Amino acid sequence: MAGNYSWPPMETRRQIGKSYTRFDGIEKSTGRAKYSSDLNRPGMLQTAMLTSPYAHARIKSIDTSAASKMAGVTGIRVINGAGSEVNWQSQEIAIVAATSEQAARDAVRAIKIEYEVLAHVVKEDDLSKVGDRATPAGEQVTGDPDKAFKEAEVISEGQYGIPVLTHCCLEPHGQVIEWKGDVINFWPSTQNVSGIGGDLAKNLELPATQVKVHMDHVGGGFGSKFPSDRWGVESARLSKESGGRPVKLFLDRATELNIGGNRPSHFAKIKMAAKKDGTVTGWESTSWSTGGMGGGGMAPLPYVLTNIPNKRLNHTAVKTNGGPLRAWRAPNHPQASFLTCAALEDLSAKLGMSPLDVLAKNVQWAAEARRDTYMEQIKIAREKSGWDKLWHRRGDSGSGVVKRGLGLGMCTWGGAGHLSNCNATIHPDGSVEVELGSQDIGTGTRTIIAQVAAETLGLGIREVKVKIGDNAFPPSNASGGSTTVGGVSSSTRIACVNALDKLMEKVASSLGAQPDDLVAVDGKIQVKNTPAKSMTWKAACQKLGTQSITESGRNDPRNPRGLNTQGVAGIQVADVSVDTETGVVRMNKLVAVQDCGLIVNPRLAESQIYGACIMSICGALMEERIMDAQTGRVLNPDMEFYKLAGISDIGEIEVILNISPEHDKRGIVGLGEPPTIGGIAAIANAVANAIGVRVPMVPLTPDRVLAALEERRA
Amino acid sequence: MSKIHEEQDGKAQAKGGFSRRGFLRGVGATSGAVGSALLTEEQAEAAQGGSPSMGPGAVPVTLNINGKEQKVNVEPRVTLLDACRNSLDLTGAKRVCDRGTCGACTMIMNGKVVYACTVLAIDAQGKQIQTIEGLGTPQKPHPVSAAFVNNDAQQCGYCTPGFVMAAKGFLDRTPKPTYEQVKAGLGGNLCRCGTYVGVRKAVLEASKMKA
Amino acid sequence: MQAFEYANPTSLKEAVGMLSSARGEAEVLAGGTDLISAMKDYLVTPKKVVNIKGIKELGGIRKAGSNLRIGAAATLDELTALPLVRSEYPSLYQAAMGVTSPQIRNMGTVGGDLCQRNRCWYFRQGFGLLGKDKSGKSLAPMGENKYHAIFPEPPAYFVSASSFGPALIALGAKLKVTGPNGDRELDAAQFFVAPKDDNGREIALAANEILTEILVPSAKGVKNATYEVRQKDALDWPLATASVALWMKGNKVDKARIVLGHVGPTPVVAEAAAAALQGKTITADVATEAGRAAVANAKPLSGNSYKLQLTRVAVKRALMQAAGVRA
Repeated sequence: MAGNYSWPPMETRRQIGKSYTRFDGIEKSTGRAKYSSDLNRPGMLQTAMLTSPYAHARIKSIDTSAASKMAGVTGIRVINGAGSEVNWQSQEIAIVAATSEQAARDAVRAIKIEYEVLAHVVKEDDLSKVGDRATPAGEQVTGDPDKAFKEAEVISEGQYGIPVLTHCCLEPHGQVIEWKGDVINFWPSTQNVSGIGGDLAKNLELPATQVKVHMDHVGGGFGSKFPSDRWGVESARLSKESGGRPVKLFLDRATELNIGGNRPSHFAKIKMAAKKDGTVTGWESTSWSTGGMGGGGMAPLPYVLTNIPNKRLNHTAVKTNGGPLRAWRAPNHPQASFLTCAALEDLSAKLGMSPLDVLAKNVQWAAEARRDTYMEQIKIAREKSGWDKLWHRRGDSGSGVVKRGLGLGMCTWGGAGHLSNCNATIHPDGSVEVELGSQDIGTGTRTIIAQVAAETLGLGIREVKVKIGDNAFPPSNASGGSTTVGGVSSSTRIACVNALDKLMEKVASSLGAQPDDLVAVDGKIQVKNTPAKSMTWKAACQKLGTQSITESGRNDPRNPRGLNTQGVAGIQVADVSVDTETGVVRMNKLVAVQDCGLIVNPRLAESQIYGACIMSICGALMEERIMDAQTGRVLNPDMEFYKLAGISDIGEIEVILNISPEHDKRGIVGLGEPPTIGGIAAIANAVANAIGVRVPMVPLTPDRVLAALEERRA
Repeated sequence: MSKIHEEQDGKAQAKGGFSRRGFLRGVGATSGAVGSALLTEEQAEAAQGGSPSMGPGAVPVTLNINGKEQKVNVEPRVTLLDACRNSLDLTGAKRVCDRGTCGACTMIMNGKVVYACTVLAIDAQGKQIQTIEGLGTPQKPHPVSAAFVNNDAQQCGYCTPGFVMAAKGFLDRTPKPTYEQVKAGLGGNLCRCGTYVGVRKAVLEASKMKA
Repeated sequence: MQAFEYANPTSLKEAVGMLSSARGEAEVLAGGTDLISAMKDYLVTPKKVVNIKGIKELGGIRKAGSNLRIGAAATLDELTALPLVRSEYPSLYQAAMGVTSPQIRNMGTVGGDLCQRNRCWYFRQGFGLLGKDKSGKSLAPMGENKYHAIFPEPPAYFVSASSFGPALIALGAKLKVTGPNGDRELDAAQFFVAPKDDNGREIALAANEILTEILVPSAKGVKNATYEVRQKDALDWPLATASVALWMKGNKVDKARIVLGHVGPTPVVAEAAAAALQGKTITADVATEAGRAAVANAKPLSGNSYKLQLTRVAVKRALMQAAGVRA
């Protein structure tokens, strides 16, 4: 048995594969869970941040003298002083620390500042208007696209766009920080417990060992909460300058939406060449995007169907004076999926074919490893969405005011487990601890770790104490890229197997067996296939005397030992109703057929997919950062006009997760991101199917839907 | 419903009250801070029987939270939410939009759900305030909290306390809701992780359990 | 939020005495759902906040003679709880339920709904009530105006945020106001004004006046309805609304009022559309025609002509709903 880390066979599992409720659920739903933003520490200072009201300006002068004399103010740090240029609205200028939030905010308003306002570009939807802000990336050609288009039986063209979205984490970015002597205690809101301390240390030019990171819960990150950020660095300095008082800074909502991260936009003109049977033979796309002053990279086009033989791709990055992009749940994939699937749907409509059939024709262009899965999923999606009954040719949706339509989206993702280290400790009293410098971003990480440890040690999940959220624990990578469950499960498995092996060595002689003949099951250590020869877990652990066993486990992404792998496929089908008099789109249903590997906890896995689907509904129907070209301002940095779906806006969601021995044997594959990818495409296509015309730009707000309908009539 | 009072005498007295106060305010209006002379005048007037103004500095405020009298010293501009979070360490209610839109700060005041971010603490005096901390404990959770766990109606959990309070307030008024009523009854709360499917199930399940 | 003094008067006279004739010096606090946010954003920076919820005569909803008398501080929730409102004033009920947040219905008051500030994002972002840049140019006409007026009254391009305004005007309600010089009564339509400068307000209330009550004439036999077009089903601002009241003779319209919401700086009374209904039976065609007439004089901005269509539909659907005609 020693060193056998493989997952136990599906049919013998006691803990893995069970739908336990999440470990910290009751803490959260009784309001007792303490997020970093909930911390109140003795002597804690509050802060307020002065940020730029302009999208682009030079700071001519800044005078903090009046502010610094105000009651309660303990310190001011200027981030961008006289002479600096600020390049987007809400860029950080200064932070005030004070004894109360009110005092800090009053002081911010007392800072005298003069700006020289500079020219800005904040809109990129019309590429011809961005001037020198455009940076073409150069043309990529594969095969012979000219020939493909010359010989094409059908050519379909369209232009599509998807705007900048903001993460809008409910817990804003920020931290409580306390720099006393040589030690910085740092309570951030992060997806990166093991890494953020080093990032802060680097920014402060200190040894990483001086930063102690603690975080029990994080109120959403979605890819935006990896770095220590300027506000973290300056808060640390404010703490030091105040003699080590804790300093709390969390962004207000408007600042959070403006600089707490956003997903780049993506626009594309796409041309497809095809045969009459739907086989795509050529692809041309001219695309552009922005994610702030860094421009925006090209989404993976064509999406999924990457092996279309003849392609010409042109992409232009556009620098705009908006907050900088951050990774956003499946970076660039939702955009790519929308652009590709919209073009595919338009081609299908032109051919008079069902997009499911057209996709099936073109699955040959997908990565070989996923082709069978997509074909299987097309079948499942057809059945579960009622496709054969509900789908109709584009616009052939009856004479009523409310038109119903179905549409298709797809996804792919990697999701291999990240680098993760775990220490598993078995104490002589039988108690067990596992420690990882990881975090639970809503996934249910604690629960999953407990299930893996309990499975390995033959215990109940509540008999395992899971310790995460501290950089004193063995490092695990950040939670991004759907890598956490694979990473922490694998390292936990390895650490627990190693610890158990050590325990077996101690107790084997008492059972008259070799360590390799022992198994841990149902709270006992027993001789394999001989239940009569056993001892309780507690009795076994007592054999340790006074010495606990601590063993480590490491998931090395270069050699995951079959415990986790990467690569998933997914198909989503949306069923919508469009009121063609108002342009209001209502979700009837979203069906998500999602490929997966080994599922540790089906309930939590499903929750990820439900959540991902809902996020895509928001993106398809209402979310959009709205910029004003005149003032350079974000006009909706709030939760009123930066619209998110409410509980009655999402229709029904059906998740089909294929948990089977065939998929299980691949090991764990990440699941948090892939189901968020295809929904926007599916919904946009369903609307086109319903109303008979493509709404080129998402979100599908009433103005856009009505404009498309009007164009169709004209 | 309260009775309507005779308004005739109110008219005459209002006029006199107005002119005096208006004058005083004119004095104070030129600077950002309210002059001490003004406060003295107002205190004098308060002594004559009018309702005194409070603030703008910190004033003692007594809040009845979860059945317990709590005293805080806060400026009138401090919201109930901030008083709870910053002064009383009641941090279950969250500050998210801070503009009365998202529901993360939902509390129950005199039996009705409210957004605590748009209630002044000073204005919440004399009211029965229930926060998530008064609804149950992890050891003895309220059925709504338990149902949220059972149905995995939470991911990051930051919207959860507000949702639980909104659901509690909703079920108090609609003990046996239909699915459609659940959707309509929780229209004042937003979640970013996308837990609505679980929330709907949780509220229906809670409605079938005895509180 | 700027620091302020807080006053908690128990009588109207006391409250009025605490206000100032100078705009911006004092603000009246009722439900707080708008004011507190506006103060946080420094859109208003009063030195005094006068809470009027402790004033008994401002509360309550009851029959007063043939009128429905709504205290200005009565909440939306109290309004919707009354069976009478549901049966006789469905347009008010529907307007209240269009605010799909129970929290706001519990806190927000009917008076507050009428007095609330507009939601123009240029205003909310600090460009003044009329949303102008430093040169004095209005930002909405050439900017992002999809939620703005299609019946602008330059320099006002925002839309009235009130949910009840259109319904109250359609029903012929009167609003009672108390100030230092005593009471006055206004037609609901007179209450809403398009401000001419940044120091103005969206309503005809002097800085030292308080809205005290709303008197809605009996709507027995008056077919009335409100239809809102909202994108979201959960809490969201309407894109266009129509409130209608129909006085019938048999199955024919004797007199009609149609009032549009969220399309102009004030609720817009669609007189021609209403006149065209006289003597007619409400059918889908008649209702459609009224919708068309309602926007005949609209002047949409660069990005909001879609609201013409939404308004037409709102009028049509409100009429059909009021008349009980199925689509």
